[in-house]
Amino acid sequence: MAASAARSHPLTALVLVLPGALTVWFATMLPTVAAGETIRYAVDWVAGLDVALSFYIDGLSLLFALLISLIGFFIFLYARSYLAGDPHLGRFMLYLSLFMLSMLGVVLADNVVTLFVFWELTSLTSYLLIGYNHTDPKSRRNALQALVVTGTGGLALLAGLILLALVAGSFELSAINAAGDAVRAHDWYLGILILVLLGAFTKSAQFPFHFWLPNAMAAPTPVSAYLHSATMVKAGVYLMARVHPSLGNTEVWLWTLTIAGAVTAVWASILALRQTDLKPMLAYTTLMALGTLTLFLANTSEVAITAVVVFILVHSFYKATLFMVAGAIDHEAGTREIGRLGGLARLMPFTCLAAALAALSMAGVPPFAGFIGKELVYKGALAVASEPGFVAVAALAANAMMVTVAAIVAIKPFLGPKGDTPKKPHEAPWTMWIGPVVLAVLGLACGLAPALLLSGLVEAGVSAILGLDEPTSYPLQLWHGVNLPLVMSGVTVALGALLFWQWPRVRSAIDAACRRLPAADALYDGCMKRLVDLAEWQTALLQTGSQRHYVLVVFATLAAGLGVTLIVRDAVVLPTAMPQVAFYKWAVVGLIIAATLVTVFARSRLTAICALGVIGTSVALLFVMYGAPDVAMTQLMVEILIVIIVALVMLRLPAFRDDGHGDRTGHIRDAVVAIGTGIAISLTLLAVLQYPLDRRLTDYFEANSYPEALGRNIVNVILVDFRAIDTFGEIAVVAIAGLACFALIKLRPGRRSAAVEKEAAASGGDD
Amino acid sequence: MDSLILKTGTRLLTALMLVFSIFLLFRGHNEPGGGFIGSLVATTAFCLYAIAFGVTEVRKALVIDPKILSIVGLALSLLAGLMAIVQGDMFLTGVWSPAYVDGSSALPLSSVLVFDVGVYLVVMGAVLTVVFAIEEDKL
Repeated sequence: MAASAARSHPLTALVLVLPGALTVWFATMLPTVAAGETIRYAVDWVAGLDVALSFYIDGLSLLFALLISLIGFFIFLYARSYLAGDPHLGRFMLYLSLFMLSMLGVVLADNVVTLFVFWELTSLTSYLLIGYNHTDPKSRRNALQALVVTGTGGLALLAGLILLALVAGSFELSAINAAGDAVRAHDWYLGILILVLLGAFTKSAQFPFHFWLPNAMAAPTPVSAYLHSATMVKAGVYLMARVHPSLGNTEVWLWTLTIAGAVTAVWASILALRQTDLKPMLAYTTLMALGTLTLFLANTSEVAITAVVVFILVHSFYKATLFMVAGAIDHEAGTREIGRLGGLARLMPFTCLAAALAALSMAGVPPFAGFIGKELVYKGALAVASEPGFVAVAALAANAMMVTVAAIVAIKPFLGPKGDTPKKPHEAPWTMWIGPVVLAVLGLACGLAPALLLSGLVEAGVSAILGLDEPTSYPLQLWHGVNLPLVMSGVTVALGALLFWQWPRVRSAIDAACRRLPAADALYDGCMKRLVDLAEWQTALLQTGSQRHYVLVVFATLAAGLGVTLIVRDAVVLPTAMPQVAFYKWAVVGLIIAATLVTVFARSRLTAICALGVIGTSVALLFVMYGAPDVAMTQLMVEILIVIIVALVMLRLPAFRDDGHGDRTGHIRDAVVAIGTGIAISLTLLAVLQYPLDRRLTDYFEANSYPEALGRNIVNVILVDFRAIDTFGEIAVVAIAGLACFALIKLRPGRRSAAVEKEAAASGGDD
Repeated sequence: MDSLILKTGTRLLTALMLVFSIFLLFRGHNEPGGGFIGSLVATTAFCLYAIAFGVTEVRKALVIDPKILSIVGLALSLLAGLMAIVQGDMFLTGVWSPAYVDGSSALPLSSVLVFDVGVYLVVMGAVLTVVFAIEEDKL
């Protein structure tokens, strides 16, 4: 199927308006923000809980917002052609638009609760997008894995953000960052840090939570390019940058981020070299970039933070481009296996151009923006507070391998002899190469004129991360003279070239080594299996399906709960004297006791239920004697109906089954639970009677029943007027319970087929 | 159950109980009674009738299916609550006929009564739904 032949619905082009308009809108804010001002919008949401829909735009959030909407525009354009002819294209575009808005919400939110809500929305939309090919079990499994990992981190983040807000005394991030010293000095600082970093590390796939990101490549390529390289996975990086003024600048912060970032960067680079498929290879380089960003966010030096901001920008440009290129190759040639591709340069000239420009930027070759980024990374590495040698070596190793990957991605598919591809390749439609070309050219332009194109936004971003008032950054320029970073750049390229030359051998060596290591993915599967086993075990323990067992558990729990509370609170009160009551009341009590004994020892169900009815009726008599006619009448009617209904049901029950309640031990156990419950309830009532009745409510109803509600029957006035909403809820439950019983009785297994047969017979036998 | 004594007694008793149940419903706001109790009395009456004459006869007498009765009751109660909103009060605030509030000679009509009738129908409908379903279930 030639992609150009399949057309997308013209209406899907409408979704392009959204990112386009947003890009323009955010661009108009650039001069204001570059001048060091901030913009804030706020609407009350839940005023009582300090939750507001508040948005705050400073250099950091505008940087992200621009990237999200600009790259979004090209991705939307690309996706329409990539998925042309797909029956669910409309759904896909909806998910993608939802994701874009959620992601913008994350980076613009000022209120921590708002931020969290949008954060979770990005996880959800990412789940829907990874699992877009929902007929593929692998796709569904990987979608769930991403959701479980980021969702778990999200829960930790919620706790962390709430604690942070409590400590700082405000739910607004702008105010929290202003109270940074108080937060760092607080006892809860370590707890808050751990929780917030858990959220950030899972979202940005830092080691040891890195495994979900390569699996997320099960998504269609536009999703991988957009969510899993340029935007969503940077949400964790954004969060760390956002809370940098309040949580950063401590030893714990410095070392945690340095180690996690360095390990992620180096390990991901090694794994990238192991891949033979373009997409996973690019996915691992994204991990490397995220690790590098984390590594540098550990610091507070201006040059390190400038490196972060520039690298975010540069990486988004070239990585989105390379992903879209990989997708275009897959789309036109039918495979992404590097071994099967070759000689595409002449057949796909524009795609090749984009790939070459982006790869040069990724490799950090002057005069591309990637070069400025890499120079800053090395300068930053040499200026870090932790261990400059360690960071510099880690950065050098990771960057050298990036050069290799860039070379593999840009050279292998496009040069050399023609590959053996499933489809006859040709250039992709213009909608699929225009985005990569524009983004790659932007990478070049930013490198050529950094002062003009980058400085304003970068300065505003750096000052936002460092919590400074004036926009400032390390100067951005291509040529710094011959110095250590330049030498390191040279070494990087040389090392990268060496690795590229020896790649097949390096790859098989890494592959052999990795096979002997435990895979994080397998650990995840093991954990999930344990979780399911645990759930099955506890379900089997509690949900036996036996009504008697449930009743036993409920009453045993009630008795134990009441008993323990009474003993712990020292509230056990024993009556000292026999109460003085009239003899006919004693007679009723005697009747209750006698009927109870009959119930317990009855040999047939019908006798038991009739005896139970006697108990209920006697209790109703007691209500009459103590002056509560309403309650008595209700009790009486309810008793009668219960006897009728239960008798009707019992006629239809099967014979007694021996499920452990019939033998002697069963009887004793039941008796113990029954007597224990009775004693616990009696003691509770006696304890309650020790305190004088709180008459405030009674007095209120007595005083207001007639003047307010024009009724003299207080019970009924409470039911239909003072507490009418409660009653409304209750009758809704009664109505639904009635319908549910009806459904349960009518739709029993076995009955259903009979009903269906009857219907079929009624409709005539012509089928 | 085919018993002449039960059938004859039931004819008389059911009628009396139904009248008593309506009486309970209407007096409930000032004297013991109310929609819930009234409804239970009526339900008992219909159950008695069903035992004596069979469910088919009760269904004929009721005309409307008890499932529908319970839903109509719920809707009535909701309506009673909405009356207050039309007046600008909170949901389920009692609304009384102005004539009754001014002088006590007029009939005491109110949204509260509508609400109580709703409760009456819901309880009766739901319980009878269950009883009929069990009764009609083949042994």
